[in-house]
Amino acid sequence: MRHRDFFWFMAPSALAMILFIVVPIGSILVQSLFVEHERVLITVENCGPFGCIEETRVDTEATADLRAKEPLGRFNGVGTYLDRAHLAVDELGAILSDNDGPGDIARRLMNLPFYKALAFTLAYTFLVTPLCMALGFGVALAIDALPRASKGPVIFLTLLPYIATPLLGALVVFWMINTDGIIGATLQAMFDDPALSLQASPVLTWAMLIVWGIWHMAPFAFVVFYAGLQTVPSDTLESAMIDGANRWERVLYVTVPHLKPLAVFVGLILLMDNFRVFEPIIGFSAEANATSLSWSIYNDLNGQGGQLFGSAAATSVLTTIGVMILLTPVLIRTWRASGRRSV
Amino acid sequence: MRKFVGGCVSALLLGTAPVSAACDVEAGSVRILSNDFAALGTVIDGARECDDGGVTVTANLTTEHKSLQVPALTVDPARYTVAMVANNSLVPLLNEGLVRPLDDLVARYGHQLEDRQLVRIGGEIVAIAFMVNAQHLYLRQDLLDDAGIAAPTSYEGILAAARTLRSEGISATPLAAAHAAGWDLAAEFVNMHLGMGGDFFEQGGAAPTLANETGRKTLEMMRSLTEFMAPGYLTVGADELKNQYVSGNVAMMNEWGSMVEGIVGETTPDPRIAEATTLAAAPTVGGGDIPAAALWWDGFVIADNISDEDARASFQVMMHAIRPEVAQRNPQAAAWLISGFEAPETARAVLGTAEAGARPYPMTPYMGLMHDALGAELVDFMQGSESAEQALADVEAAYSAAARAAGYLD
Repeated sequence: MRHRDFFWFMAPSALAMILFIVVPIGSILVQSLFVEHERVLITVENCGPFGCIEETRVDTEATADLRAKEPLGRFNGVGTYLDRAHLAVDELGAILSDNDGPGDIARRLMNLPFYKALAFTLAYTFLVTPLCMALGFGVALAIDALPRASKGPVIFLTLLPYIATPLLGALVVFWMINTDGIIGATLQAMFDDPALSLQASPVLTWAMLIVWGIWHMAPFAFVVFYAGLQTVPSDTLESAMIDGANRWERVLYVTVPHLKPLAVFVGLILLMDNFRVFEPIIGFSAEANATSLSWSIYNDLNGQGGQLFGSAAATSVLTTIGVMILLTPVLIRTWRASGRRSV
Repeated sequence: MRKFVGGCVSALLLGTAPVSAACDVEAGSVRILSNDFAALGTVIDGARECDDGGVTVTANLTTEHKSLQVPALTVDPARYTVAMVANNSLVPLLNEGLVRPLDDLVARYGHQLEDRQLVRIGGEIVAIAFMVNAQHLYLRQDLLDDAGIAAPTSYEGILAAARTLRSEGISATPLAAAHAAGWDLAAEFVNMHLGMGGDFFEQGGAAPTLANETGRKTLEMMRSLTEFMAPGYLTVGADELKNQYVSGNVAMMNEWGSMVEGIVGETTPDPRIAEATTLAAAPTVGGGDIPAAALWWDGFVIADNISDEDARASFQVMMHAIRPEVAQRNPQAAAWLISGFEAPETARAVLGTAEAGARPYPMTPYMGLMHDALGAELVDFMQGSESAEQALADVEAAYSAAARAAGYLD
């Protein structure tokens, strides 16, 4: 294809990408460098149903003047990135320069909101992604071995966790694990411990969210792998059988290598999806024990004291950088592989 | 005969006419944004009565009203003409200057209003309050009688009573409170801290003053109470709290006055528990003499970015919605501030809390940021994985970072 043709062929999608991806990310980047104007405060008498008291209020006219002069807000540079709610550079320095060993460092890091969210996000991503793929592959193999007539209904049932809206799925499980719910009450009876609660302990909350994540996303891996299984060449499988390979060896030496490119694709999608984990934290009211980067952004935009756009934008940029770092090794491998193929 | 029929028809027409005549509004568009709970629904039903040819009344009742209100009232013309607010949700609107001063409207159309209903800031009327709310005690008198203890009036007394109830085997989890991480937990801290006589900010400024002896005592009392609660207390919000109480697992709880109807009223799921419940003002704490509960009012504001005609219509419709008959007809619905309201037994606990001198929820512009910081940073302490000093230092640090980003601190 000539370069000119290629350009015009790509132009519409390139334009859409610029409009809907590059421009929004650019605006977030700019937003994250600014904080709100200084608010002019005055003390006034405030009277209501409970009597009068002296309280401060914002002088809106004076603040509006400041705002008209600088519509973007006060320039703060990377200040927002370095503050306590994000990378917490000062706090990090204090922790590293004076601590009682790795345990103390970890405990104090978990006390900083960004690192707390990052820790759960990474744990979730790196546990849910491989386990999800393993479970999805196992289910695909099992269903592929079923008699033809029963496949349809079984596939539909297997897909249900993925079809259910994430928030709804999380809420249903949340009510079941409540200490009055069927799972919560059963666990208490089994272990004979009335204080046992999946919602109270941080470790159990993490485990519960991760199990939920695997349950919810495994059908996606299953569907892709199941489709892939239909393309495994039957003559290779048959010759492997003639060579005396048992079922396990056939899976390991024929099916798995055949599905490897597909696995890379599933892995990429799952990594990106899991890194943005959000719904189960809301659904399970789990923010006491587990927060994620996406939850931090939501929390900044949904506060009582107005919306902290700069802070949310900074977390968004950091999340984007995180996704890029996560995907780099996989992308480099794919690029190298495609390079080899074309040579 | 035809004359007779015609007479009937005109009588019918006239019969419907007084409804709109009662509102006495010529024309305008009234659009209400409101939180979603029963008492506000009663008021909004009253406002809808004014909807006829000349005036249109629409309402959006949603628990997400706080995230909608600022953007919706910032646009010109504003998406809503009336915002139902409480003392905390009024503040973001004031901070952005989105509220219309009501002095002239009150003078022309507000003769029914009592002086206590007028919310004045810096001498200007900015909002009209129509009900008060507070968290207060719901006690299972039958369980207390079984244990032979008198109804406690302080948090120290509640701890002692809870210990007795547990040791006598009457209740394994005698206490419950809305301690859900986030908004509810922060609200409980505010209640307790006000009861301890504590303050949140330095006088006249936005600098926090929590990391001190009062803050520490507040936190320690909160954690002592959790010892007698069901595990998972950090996921229990106000609705879940009500469920725990009406399912009979709890002997004493600190719950919103506005939820009284669903607990002891006709709609209660278990009449036996409703029967055995007594209501009392919020308890005192730490030897203080005022109830440890923040006082809240609910009311409305009129948006600034709307035409004068719509503002007039909105105010008149709201005056119809909170006319004295509404309170007289629905005495169980709320602790009304409306003139001529005779408080029934169910409203006494809220009013008692106010009469005993409880302090109002602070209306300083940065209190919302403090509330957020409390809700997020007290969790580790409540789970026992952090000291009170560390938790308070975290709250101050998180609040300061947010206040700097919002322009309140340098």
